[in-house]
Amino acid sequence: MARELTKKERLAISRNPMPAQDPTERIRNFDEVALGFTEDLAIGEAERCLECKKPKCVDSCPVGIDIPAFVHAVADGRFAEALAIIKADNTLPAICGRVCPQEDQCEQTCVTGNKGDPVAIGRLERYVADLERESGEVKMPVCEESSGFKVGVIGSGPAGLACAASLAMRGHEVTVFEALHKPGGVLIYGIPEFRLPKAIVRDEIRSLTKMGVEFKCNFVVGTTATIEELMGEWEYDSLFIGTGAGLPYFMGIPGEDLIGVCSANEFLTRVNLMRGFNFPKYDTPVAIGRRVAVVGAGNVAMDCCRTALRLGCEKVICLYRRTRDEAPARIEELEHAEEEGVDFRWLAVPVEVLGNDDAVVTGVRVQKMELGEPDLSGRPRPVPIAGSEYEVELDSIIVGIGQGANPLLTQATEGLDVDKRGRIMTEEVTQETSIPGVFAGGDIVTGAATVILAMGAGKLAARSIDCYLNGVAMVPDGETVVDREEFVTHPAGGAAAGTHNRVH
Amino acid sequence: MARILEIEEIAPAFKSYIIHDPVIARRHRAGQFVIVLLHEESERIPLTIADSDAVRGTIRLVVQEVGKTTMEMGTLRPGDSIQVVGPLGKPTLIEKFGTCVCVGGGAGIAPLLPIALALDDAGNHVVSILGGRTQELVILRREMEEVSDEIYYTTDDGSFGAKGLVTHALDTYIEGAGRPELVIAIGPAVMMRAVSEQTRPLGVRTLVSLNTIMIDGTGMCGGCRVPVGGQSRFVCVDGPEFDGHEVDFDMLMKRQRIYLEQEELARRRFLESHDCRAVAAGG
Repeated sequence: MARELTKKERLAISRNPMPAQDPTERIRNFDEVALGFTEDLAIGEAERCLECKKPKCVDSCPVGIDIPAFVHAVADGRFAEALAIIKADNTLPAICGRVCPQEDQCEQTCVTGNKGDPVAIGRLERYVADLERESGEVKMPVCEESSGFKVGVIGSGPAGLACAASLAMRGHEVTVFEALHKPGGVLIYGIPEFRLPKAIVRDEIRSLTKMGVEFKCNFVVGTTATIEELMGEWEYDSLFIGTGAGLPYFMGIPGEDLIGVCSANEFLTRVNLMRGFNFPKYDTPVAIGRRVAVVGAGNVAMDCCRTALRLGCEKVICLYRRTRDEAPARIEELEHAEEEGVDFRWLAVPVEVLGNDDAVVTGVRVQKMELGEPDLSGRPRPVPIAGSEYEVELDSIIVGIGQGANPLLTQATEGLDVDKRGRIMTEEVTQETSIPGVFAGGDIVTGAATVILAMGAGKLAARSIDCYLNGVAMVPDGETVVDREEFVTHPAGGAAAGTHNRVH
Repeated sequence: MARILEIEEIAPAFKSYIIHDPVIARRHRAGQFVIVLLHEESERIPLTIADSDAVRGTIRLVVQEVGKTTMEMGTLRPGDSIQVVGPLGKPTLIEKFGTCVCVGGGAGIAPLLPIALALDDAGNHVVSILGGRTQELVILRREMEEVSDEIYYTTDDGSFGAKGLVTHALDTYIEGAGRPELVIAIGPAVMMRAVSEQTRPLGVRTLVSLNTIMIDGTGMCGGCRVPVGGQSRFVCVDGPEFDGHEVDFDMLMKRQRIYLEQEELARRRFLESHDCRAVAAGG
């Protein structure tokens, strides 16, 4: 059992740093940077939890994990139990323990953090998930008896995987459609090995397969088959669209089509999905030269900077129009990139890509900025400083300034309502789209966000789908379900009349 | 995985593959392509669907062996399986236009075939002008003859049809028959540019089908982008067909050569590690 500690004693323990590969060493390999806690570190860290009566961390978790309970189990050394607690709400803990922005979620509201550093909840989550994975004895969730319903999940990224897992546990027959040749979506093609080892994603997908989920790769819904066909002749009773963002933004500046300019998506896909770092063993090349600029300062841009370093680039500069304080990347990612030697140019915007007669990039013209009044996003607006332009010699430029909604599926689907940015519009509580029985969630609804938010949306959609299939409707608290017909016809009375709670 | 049912060498370094994929076969419309992946370590390459048979559940791909992946594909045997995704890209807009001239050069004749077929089915007067370096490289002649009302051939060496380029034959045709309603040109970028320049002053609507480097083929990476009408367009989802008068062919050709060095390295390594059969096939 855990040591008996007073609140004061708990607060006196300082947060354990994450063991990591040395920066000079790690930029020469693609191995994971963060090495993970040892048992002692995990227990020591868990003991810092004050086990608050009203834990704020749970409210800040997009999937509502019972964090104090699992942390308590870790402090007691009951690791398998800790994992079971997490898995009740999160089917992909080894992934979330690595890529969730905990500092903006559970750890941000952690009460221990009020007086010092918050409990390293994410690292503990990762620890217990890894422990089970490494033991080779992965406990499968218990699936309900077959419901006889068939549900299609479009996209095998975080939203799709979470939705598929949740549906399978409810006894539905699930097929996941993936456009690429490997399932996992952004977890496979986007997030690099050194941040999320691909073996972990493969293991999670294997677990889903064992739960009966079928993966159909090389299947582009919208063109290989339409939503209408899947709901018709393919006989799916319901669908979930979790196709992600998937349309790279470019800057719209002169020279952007020159050879040596690519999107972050292209660069990362070449390296991660197609294993371009291992050319010519793998056939897909990646050629970015010795000097590269990455535009943007989000997590994807950091992934590009750090991948470029590992490919042997001598100089990697990061251009961002605001300052470090406004950079959208996680602090941890910025710190890792800084440690590894990325040359950050804050308040800098590329205004023209320069090239030679062969249309090959030779450099970029950069405009210096200063911060002005806040814009619509609430962040200070970057304002150009007149006469401050300068040129940087480069071999390539990677554009990592965000993504919009890929229109392939939405344009091919009649009757599917989208907003003016092309994102799918859904009913707020149920996530049902304008097509009955078709639900959506993740980046294709919210715009580019995080893995955990997409997973949360996938999980919630699974519950709505379950209600839909069983002919019941959810009421706005998202917990209670009532007869669907009744709800649809008498929304006010429905909730009061035939309510019953379902415990999931 | 999709199984290869038949492979036929239709010309030196040109193979025709019949691939079993009932879903794609049924969905395919003229102008669309698939992306093929041979195996785990392979690259994803776009190949235009030359024909499809919805009843038999097959698609036909005609592949010129120019690089490592296409040569390696040439070593496959009937019964082998590959990964195929599609159909991708926007289908050709098919209507009854009137007279449509289909200009095909070399490997470009394969993607031209389903378009000529669809134009013929829609009741157009289909005139085909096909060219190649030498007679045996003017591929799919029988199939093209079946769907064409008139057909003209050119070869660089004069071994078949008129000696010269397809543009000469197009000149001759227009001089005699007048302005067609539509020209579709598919072949090497230089050929498509030459045809587009030829039809521009005549104001003849001219479509070209672009073949660029792609990875996902769904608009996710942007690697296939080409300036069209001053705007960057994605060949995979906005194309592959564009108005020939709007395409920046100079940029297209330069972008096609992005990985030339790596492609050459991969090709050499492949030839060195393979037997004389593959070397012979590669020319």
